[in-house]
Amino acid sequence: MENEKEHKEESEIEKPQFQNFLIDDDVYKTILSKKYLTRKKYEIKDPGKVVSFIPGTIIKVFVKEGQKVKIGEKLLVLEAMKMHNILLAPRNGKIFKIHVVAGNTVANKQLLVEIK
Amino acid sequence: MSLKQKTLDLKKRMQGAIQGGGAKAIEKQTAMGKMTARERIIALLDPNSFQEYDLFVEHSAKDFDMDKKHLPGDGVITGTGNMNGYPVCVFAQDFTVAGGSLGFMHASKITKIMDHAMKLKIPLIGINDSGGARIQEGVNSLAGYGEIFFRNTIASGVIPQISVILGPCAGGAVYSPALTDFVFVVDKISKMFITGPEVIKTVLGEEISMEALGGARVQSEITGNAHFFAESEDECFEQIKKLASFIPWNNTKKAEPFPVKKPNTKLYKIDNIFPQESNQPYDIRNIIKSIVDDSDFFEVHELFAQNIVVGFARISGQTVGFVANQPLVLAGVLDVDSSDKAARFIRFCDAFNIPLVTLVDLPGYLPGVDQEHAGVIRHGAKVLYAYSEATVPKITLILRKAYGGGYIAMCSRHLRADFVFAWPTAEIAVMGPEGAANIIFRAEIAGAENPDETRKQKVKEYKKKFANPYVAAAYGFVDAVIDPLETRRFLIHAIEVSSHKEETRPFKKHGIPPF
Repeated sequence: MENEKEHKEESEIEKPQFQNFLIDDDVYKTILSKKYLTRKKYEIKDPGKVVSFIPGTIIKVFVKEGQKVKIGEKLLVLEAMKMHNILLAPRNGKIFKIHVVAGNTVANKQLLVEIK
Repeated sequence: MSLKQKTLDLKKRMQGAIQGGGAKAIEKQTAMGKMTARERIIALLDPNSFQEYDLFVEHSAKDFDMDKKHLPGDGVITGTGNMNGYPVCVFAQDFTVAGGSLGFMHASKITKIMDHAMKLKIPLIGINDSGGARIQEGVNSLAGYGEIFFRNTIASGVIPQISVILGPCAGGAVYSPALTDFVFVVDKISKMFITGPEVIKTVLGEEISMEALGGARVQSEITGNAHFFAESEDECFEQIKKLASFIPWNNTKKAEPFPVKKPNTKLYKIDNIFPQESNQPYDIRNIIKSIVDDSDFFEVHELFAQNIVVGFARISGQTVGFVANQPLVLAGVLDVDSSDKAARFIRFCDAFNIPLVTLVDLPGYLPGVDQEHAGVIRHGAKVLYAYSEATVPKITLILRKAYGGGYIAMCSRHLRADFVFAWPTAEIAVMGPEGAANIIFRAEIAGAENPDETRKQKVKEYKKKFANPYVAAAYGFVDAVIDPLETRRFLIHAIEVSSHKEETRPFKKHGIPPF
């Protein structure tokens, strides 16, 4: 009797909300893990958007909005881990917008400069 | 002085040293909800079996007024003792003495007991509770860590190494546990990280608590650095004892056999657990429990990468390692984390003469940009490598789906499984019926008057022809298609006939696994 009761309890625990999961056109009922659900969605990289590659502090900005830049030109200095990292223009174009000023602390992958 | 006086003097010295950091520090340790290092060793080992060494070791630092400081035992307790009646070497860092910080002599005590464990060929258990390097001792404390890491590496695969994290374990110190076989953590007590919250805040401006950064739950669920999670230190010690009962003392021995006990097939009934339809989930652990001794399955990495299940059980009294896809989570697919988890477990079993039983039910690998970019190729290859390299008895049972690369990876005949069994419900095919039909009959489906109807028809045809174990059995890739209710009998037989298995691989210094 006790065993049956235990079994019942166990099957109750085992009945969470199953979701559909598609692999190679076949649909499976399963639980989607937290890590899977919170995975980072892929975004296409915009070559005109300069983002920080490490969190740190902006200590100098070399360019102004509206200014024309050539590929490889200095944009700004990002200090992180006691190193001064110079961020360069990834393409030719016009500085469309600068989102930071010297002294700003920035997070990783934060948008700093847009070139059009 | 008479012998009696000298003995009294010894007792007095011992009394002093055993106090560790003293009443105040012990009070603080207790207030944090932690046992003291000595209490931990006593709780872990068999009663009255602990024999301590190096109680009178003193630190050798001179700078920063360290020569005026007395640190009893230099903040670590080392010795030998018994667990479940079998000998082990053990060390426990004492947080009450200078925060359990690691100086040169502290490290020397640890490396000495590690050398003992290697010579005596018995397991090593390390209890970590330390603030990190003793800054005052400079490069000497770094040397200490390095000596420990080297020994961890050399001992790997020779003696079982168990790390217990019962306090902070930060900076370089985390690499000793990372090099050992099993890491145990306790909720709210264990904290592991390379750089702590303070450094992260000052350098990067990101704010995070110790618990959220590297607490027990994070290490068990997200990173997979920890293999066993417990709510309390006592529960943790019980887990360690249980693990020790399943594994041998060293790599020349087999795990101690236990009296044979039948599984509880009333509670774990295959008919009830296994669903009729092939896309429905079930808990593979219940299948394991339906076939192993006493329905006792001891899961490793229970909270990490739950789409694969690994752990120890006994069949006919012998320890076996189970690796099983878990249809309950993510349909049991292989991905970066589950590959890592499985490969590591397979290598442990192979190193310590534990036969492997693989239960297969997976639709393949997890699709996704994040998986590809996280290196699912490199990580997935670890499973192939670990299975191919393993020479312990390898028994594979295909329950349901064994599609594509997943079929190969899960210890197929081609990776040298000794016995491959399949249930009649097995579907061994290059991919799922829908996907396969859509590719093979693409033109036919597209050109049909009623494409949906034709697709359904073609899927049905494909299923009938290929979604079974008989095509693979016809080539001898499957040795026997078996009645599910006879699974235990087949496994017992396979384990018994494999007990003298000998298989060698060509000589090499070492392989180059896809680390």
